[in-house]
Amino acid sequence: MGLQALTFFIVGFTFAIYIGIAFWARARSTDEFYVAGGDIHPIANGMATAADWMSAASFISMAGLIAFLGYGGSVFLMGWTGGYVLLALLLAPYLRKHGSFTVPQFISDRYYSKTARVVAVLCLIIASVTYVIGQMKGIGVAFSRFLEVDYDQGLMVGMVIVFIYAVMGGMKGITYTQIAQYVIMIIAYTIPAIFISFMLTGNPIPQLGLGSTIQDGTYLLDTLDQIVKDLGFKEYTTNARLSLFNMFFYTLSLMIGTAGLPHVIMRFFTVPSVKAARLSAGWALLFIALLYTTAPAVAAMARLNFMTTIDQPNQENNLAYENRPSWFRNWEKTGLLQFEDKNQDGLIQYNGNETNEMVKVDRDIMVLANPEIAGLPNWVIALVAAGGLAAALSTAAGLLLAISSAISHDLLKGVFRPNITEKDELKASRIAMAGSIAVAGYFGFNPPDFAAGTVALAFGLAASSIFPALMMGIFSKNMNKEGAIAGMLSGIGVTLLYVFQHKGVMFIQSTSFLGGMEPNWFLGIEPNAFGAIGAMVNFIVAYTVSKNNESPPEEIKDMVERIRLP
Amino acid sequence: MNKNQTYWSENINLIIRCLSVWFIVSYGCSIIFVEYLNVIRLGGYKLGFWFAQQGSIYTFVVLIFYYVYKIDKIDQRYGASDE
Repeated sequence: MGLQALTFFIVGFTFAIYIGIAFWARARSTDEFYVAGGDIHPIANGMATAADWMSAASFISMAGLIAFLGYGGSVFLMGWTGGYVLLALLLAPYLRKHGSFTVPQFISDRYYSKTARVVAVLCLIIASVTYVIGQMKGIGVAFSRFLEVDYDQGLMVGMVIVFIYAVMGGMKGITYTQIAQYVIMIIAYTIPAIFISFMLTGNPIPQLGLGSTIQDGTYLLDTLDQIVKDLGFKEYTTNARLSLFNMFFYTLSLMIGTAGLPHVIMRFFTVPSVKAARLSAGWALLFIALLYTTAPAVAAMARLNFMTTIDQPNQENNLAYENRPSWFRNWEKTGLLQFEDKNQDGLIQYNGNETNEMVKVDRDIMVLANPEIAGLPNWVIALVAAGGLAAALSTAAGLLLAISSAISHDLLKGVFRPNITEKDELKASRIAMAGSIAVAGYFGFNPPDFAAGTVALAFGLAASSIFPALMMGIFSKNMNKEGAIAGMLSGIGVTLLYVFQHKGVMFIQSTSFLGGMEPNWFLGIEPNAFGAIGAMVNFIVAYTVSKNNESPPEEIKDMVERIRLP
Repeated sequence: MNKNQTYWSENINLIIRCLSVWFIVSYGCSIIFVEYLNVIRLGGYKLGFWFAQQGSIYTFVVLIFYYVYKIDKIDQRYGASDE
């Protein structure tokens, strides 16, 4: 079978699994729709959480980013895993004990205020919508590249699939499909990594291969450092992201943001007990770590393979453009890889100086091109396509559920129509879900050019508003509604202001009144890393305001007392 | 202090201990002191780089399971388990 047919076969097969599961695990009550009936086993929930969390960004983009950032890329590795420690120790067990269906519901109960609930819904929707647009785009791109159909057609197929299993199955259907998606993702990610690690170092375990020697007896990382330095790039293993100070805050923002993202927190409402919620966070991180500790190996090996293809060792000259390999030709067609023969010698010069002729090397192609660069068989390449789609679909479904439940459960039942029957609420949540898919699809068809920049906003919002409000609600009995609301608003306010002033209001470049330039950054912290500062502002404002207002009623203090005990 | 309060303060102590380790491996070993640790080698890895891209993640996983194990013991002592 050719690559095309194989890809159709493998992707089609995985989609059949997802739809089959959707029929089998239909949601029949609101309980099943929002929290899958609350009886998911911790290991199963851990797997579903891992798939929910690892998006197209983790699967496709992250290793490529690390390949070109080197040590500086560690902020993503630590930031997107370390947040689970915060989640397991500070939030998940207590929120599970409280037994709400959604994050805004907890905030509304704890802060005895509908205003707080509406503020939380607003943060949740902004954070989740910006996130889901990226996933929709990922689905469209992956389909169009691998099935060789239009971007629009690819996106359409993706929307129909998500619609079927998310609208019908709710949290229950999503949970079981996410388990299947995790399995496909992890196989698709590790198989090429194992092959490549074995070919380069003789060690099939990528985590160990990265620290091993290559054929000539030198360590892989030393060789890579030497090659990139010789070509005028910064040393791979020590190249910091702007500064260590900036890396500190970047990592902290991603960690706090991870712990505050509602679609992840919601997953811990589906397990049967407090103990299961804690345990489930551990399993989730273990499953995530399988991919996240493989990623640095994929990154370094892809970079090494890429460099040595163009600048072959023990060869007099660089690779001639005419002799470029077929993956090079394929990716040139997409425009994501571009060569310009500046000195007209027909050879490819690739370096970190002005004579560089590889004028464009898009980082996002590294994971997808990696198996081709290493010359792996076609079925591995097809598997990577299915894995990328599983990553995008599973995260999109989780986000859509978070959005629709915020609308049907928090806005409709919680604020506007408290007397709604369960049957009507279930109907409303399905309509809200279908509506969310349509909106996300609309943005997928007309991706706003600010989509990439908004990831900073999603993490910034989650870090600066939701996480502090939840944490103080559990760990401080005296935190009152005035403090929480003022904290959330000022946290978001500061973060929004900082992101907008450097990246433009609503990401329109010309309105960035302080410019994106480094000299104007507060203590040299880049906008993407500002969520941590927003969170600190939130904590300080909330504390100060709460001191000057009445402390919460006794029954709220009793409630906090109760959720602290399993 | 009543029983609930001592349970809670034991839990807080445990959380603080775990988060100290969390902070030391990620922010300490991987960022603040990375240049000093990079002098030491772990096979082909510089140690600071290893912590940043491998070691901190392994530690996070162990930490959560350690916390689950320890808090479970405390739960049992107070008869507070919900299972």
